[in-house]
Amino acid sequence: MSVHQSSAQNPFVLKKSASLWQLLIRVYGYLKPYWKHTAGAYLSLLGILALSASIPQFIRWIIDTGIEKNQPQVLTWSVLALLGLTLVKGVLNYFQGILSETASQNVAYDLRNEIQKKLTQLSFSFHDTSETGELLSRAIQDVERLRFLTGRATIRILDGALMVLVTMIILIVMDYRLGLFVLISMPVLMHRAYYFGSRFRPLSLMIQKQVARLTTAVEQNLRGSRVVKAYAQEPNEIERFEEENQSWFDLTRRAARLQAVNVPLLFLLSNIGIVVIVLFGGYLVIQQELTFGVLIAFITYMGQLIEPVRRLGIIIPAVAIAGSSAERIFDILDTVPDVKDAPNAQTMSIINGSVRFDQVSFSYGKQTVLSEIDFEVQPGQIVALLGATGSGKSTIISLIPRFYDPTAGKILVDGKDIRQATLYSLRSQIGIVLQETTLFAASIRENIGFGQSNATEEDIIAAAKAAQAHEFIIRSPKGYETYVGERGITLSGGQKQRIAIARVLLMNPRLLILDDATASVDTETEHLIQTAFENLIKGRTTFVIAHRLSTVRNADMILVLDHGRIVARGTHESLLKTSRQYLEIYNRQLKHQELAA
Amino acid sequence: MSFSIGSSSAGMGPRSVLEQFGGTQREGEMFNRDVVTRMLQYLKQYRCRMVLALFLTIVESGLTLLSPYLLKEATDNYILTGDFPGLVRIAIFLALTFISLYFVSAAQRYVVSWVGQRMLAKLRSDLFRHLQRLQQGYHDRNIVGVTVSRVINDVAEINELFSQGVITLIGDLLVLIGIIVVMLSMSPKLALLTFIVIPMMLIATWIFSRQAKKAFRETRSKVAAVVGDLAEDISGMRVIQAFAQEKASQERFDKVNVENRNAYINAMSLSFVFLPSIEFLGMLATGIVLWFGGRFVIADEVTLGVMVAFLSYVTRFFNPIQELSRMYTTLQSAMAGGEQVLKLLDTPIEVSDDPDAIELEEVEGKIDFEHVTFRYRQDTPIVLDDISLAIPPRKMVAIVGPTGAGKTTVANLVARFYDVTEGAVLLDGINLRKIKQCSLRQFVRIVSQDPFLFSRTIEENIRYGIPDASEEVIIEAAKMANAHGFISNLPDGYQTRIHEGGVNLSVGQRQLLTIARAILTDPKVLILDEATANIDTVTEVLIQQALERLLFERTAIVIAHRLSTVRKADWIYVIDQGRIREQGTHTDLLAHKGMYYDLHERQFMGA
Repeated sequence: MSVHQSSAQNPFVLKKSASLWQLLIRVYGYLKPYWKHTAGAYLSLLGILALSASIPQFIRWIIDTGIEKNQPQVLTWSVLALLGLTLVKGVLNYFQGILSETASQNVAYDLRNEIQKKLTQLSFSFHDTSETGELLSRAIQDVERLRFLTGRATIRILDGALMVLVTMIILIVMDYRLGLFVLISMPVLMHRAYYFGSRFRPLSLMIQKQVARLTTAVEQNLRGSRVVKAYAQEPNEIERFEEENQSWFDLTRRAARLQAVNVPLLFLLSNIGIVVIVLFGGYLVIQQELTFGVLIAFITYMGQLIEPVRRLGIIIPAVAIAGSSAERIFDILDTVPDVKDAPNAQTMSIINGSVRFDQVSFSYGKQTVLSEIDFEVQPGQIVALLGATGSGKSTIISLIPRFYDPTAGKILVDGKDIRQATLYSLRSQIGIVLQETTLFAASIRENIGFGQSNATEEDIIAAAKAAQAHEFIIRSPKGYETYVGERGITLSGGQKQRIAIARVLLMNPRLLILDDATASVDTETEHLIQTAFENLIKGRTTFVIAHRLSTVRNADMILVLDHGRIVARGTHESLLKTSRQYLEIYNRQLKHQELAA
Repeated sequence: MSFSIGSSSAGMGPRSVLEQFGGTQREGEMFNRDVVTRMLQYLKQYRCRMVLALFLTIVESGLTLLSPYLLKEATDNYILTGDFPGLVRIAIFLALTFISLYFVSAAQRYVVSWVGQRMLAKLRSDLFRHLQRLQQGYHDRNIVGVTVSRVINDVAEINELFSQGVITLIGDLLVLIGIIVVMLSMSPKLALLTFIVIPMMLIATWIFSRQAKKAFRETRSKVAAVVGDLAEDISGMRVIQAFAQEKASQERFDKVNVENRNAYINAMSLSFVFLPSIEFLGMLATGIVLWFGGRFVIADEVTLGVMVAFLSYVTRFFNPIQELSRMYTTLQSAMAGGEQVLKLLDTPIEVSDDPDAIELEEVEGKIDFEHVTFRYRQDTPIVLDDISLAIPPRKMVAIVGPTGAGKTTVANLVARFYDVTEGAVLLDGINLRKIKQCSLRQFVRIVSQDPFLFSRTIEENIRYGIPDASEEVIIEAAKMANAHGFISNLPDGYQTRIHEGGVNLSVGQRQLLTIARAILTDPKVLILDEATANIDTVTEVLIQQALERLLFERTAIVIAHRLSTVRKADWIYVIDQGRIREQGTHTDLLAHKGMYYDLHERQFMGA
């Protein structure tokens, strides 16, 4: 159906890229409906921080008072307190986790719904140039990154930053000399973690991409195994694969080296901090300027600090990446559909079936596809469109259901400009059967009843019968309930086409758009499809991209197109006499059908 | 690895905990002798490095155990006795321990991942090579996606166990045993009391991992549903809009989207229970050390240094214990993955070169079928039943018949994609089994109905059969195939990349390219499985012309769908249900008013 398949233009509206801050503000805006969850999570976080900060103090108390001062009851109270506090902390942790998870999952949910909705609103010109894989990766992976950002990532950043702050204050209050030592080591640790994170993340993205390339290489090779064998190209295929395989190995080795050098380094840095505490703190204890309990408390704080700080360093680079994910998502959400309901659009009443093209021109980018198309069709008439690929046939039929809007001129149905009607009321009265048929992963019955939720069982069977599809359907494993698509049976091109015809018959539109080409089928099937087409066309205003002599002969008007212009019009008989172009097409495409008949 | 007291820094976030414990879809045995022996064979090549990795792991475990002990020494002998020079000595010693720990664990990590990744690459390469040698029958029977997943995913699961897994397992065991031994030797009573926590932790982990597996499977299927629904929406968007079904599709998507969200929140809530539970158990162990240890210190049964060392050792329990309970899952998936990989590696090559197969020098192009009978597998019905054909050099033979008559099988047998069940196929009087496959396919070319193109550039696709063909030769072939015209109109010309599935070209253009690809290789015998897809008239004429040039002066076997092709054939075989029903020229057969006449009538009456 696409007017132009090859196009270098970006389907997304190009605009100046927003700053990271603007993007982040917009992303966090999605948390607004879930502000209660978010607030709850952050409050729990504060509680957790307070508890974590107090725990080493109990260890200190046990050693300094309980043991050194020989007061066993301090042991009991402190240990009970520790267990109690950990229990409370656990409960808070649970709430914090579940609340922030709920909020961020909802953000992802909202974003996906919004993207999907947008995709259904964007017109064909958008879908012509965008790739399924690309759109999917935005809706899945990019959304996932934003989910992480609004949930766990934010929690960890706050957690890390506050933990450092609170711990530093406590350490300095406990002993400013020892505290200062720790204070110095923290920025170093964080810097190394950040260094590692900012190097490692791009690398792991590259590895992901390389695995995808490797997968594609194997997949292509297997899908094309006939060609590979036919041309005896196995050695070259192996060489190609080995190249990708080697690149993968090189990348993972680089990642392994980066990890091997840096991850233990983070531990080394904090361990060196502990050596300093033991040495200097030990000196102070010997000098009786510090109690042994404080020394142990220091080591405990140090141990508590490593994880949050390490994570903090690694997460910060992730925020930058989430920024580009946000950009890709908002690109889609901000694209304005070029075909949409006019502000004062009216519901189109039941169509009678006259269609008029009034000086219609259409350009696609810089390329003019149709110029000044002008014709009129009475209700129930058949219009056959003929012409080479790219002459504008598909575009003409795409303009009637407003898959695109004309650049100039207007199209009138029953004398009314179609741009004044709502898209829904217009499209639900136009039936379309094209060469390539899309069926959905659903039962055959659902596929025929697509868009007709109130159709009865009898209606569906009647439509299938008229479309010559009933026979093969009842021979399928589960009849009308047979599932098609990935998890069900595969239908042949001819069978799909007949289901598409049944779908339109059920819809019973006044206006019909079709391509009478049959997919690669045997003669028997071809005959069936032919009959189905005849049943379909009966009594409807029909626009048909014609491949058959019979269609052309039955047409009330034939439009011969060349480079976007109508070069001849009339009936079969008259055009044979008057039009050189028609005669040429007839000789090349249609005449042999006459001879064979 | 870090030195800490009183806190369990498990180091895993809730999401990764869920994935680690729940992330397998496989159920099954934990030990498969075959898989283990064969994979160890693979590891053998890296014997030296494995030994090195093992050595480093042992040293690392030792160093890890040493630091709390040094802290104990510092406490008891120097800090509490006021011996500052001694404290300096022990601090230097502690620093050296940490520094060597750094180098050892960096080296250990690097060596272990190197071996793992090298083995992974090797296994993938072996699988790929084997796939290249497998007969077409294998590829026809097996779903591409499944085979791809063998090469990419299953292999990675094996690697997880056999390189990383084994070493980590040994390291964890060493540390755990080491801790137990050291603690027992320092204070048996306090040690035994502390060990009470170990079974609790095992049970908690075990319960969690069972639940997590279920929950994780659920999330996986829900994500798949979201991706599937959205992919379908996008590819069917034109139909959705044509039928004005935007609302309905939004509602359908919302349903899977909600389920996905809920499944995740449910699964994650398990982690949010599990992680605090483990932390609590950790604190319980610490509490035991503090309470009992404190009393023992007061009673002078143990020194304060021992208690401090215990506090530090206790935090080191958690990781090895969790890792060990995870081992079960890892084992299961590695064994299952390994079995699949071995099955593929061991798939017999049915069509292979005879030891005394010859290379062809020059070929005349005469093809004979002598009483050929064929079935795809022993348990499937006969496809060709005692067929004899004689095709003289440089003649064109058309094979016609209804769908399922066995026409395509004839083509497959000439290219030796399959071997005949009985009888023989001969080229210039030589049995195809006696000719090397690569030599045969240099002269015999099959051009298939489905125009498959690789997602590479147009140029690379045309030169596919002769990778070093010059640009002039390629353009010449494209011109002969009537493809040059449309190629030069593309913005990137011959360098245009073909998208997956060839979607950026029309079917007709794809066919022109496959013809160009065949013309370039100048085969002596050509098997053409004619395409029937509907193509616009102009392209159709171009294809006809190109085919005529392709067939000119070659032995050609055409599985014919076009009347024009059939008419031009020197001889026509009509095949039905695996047997030759009629043969002769077009005029003869029409006059005969038999099966051919019927086929002919039906095929072209409708038009």
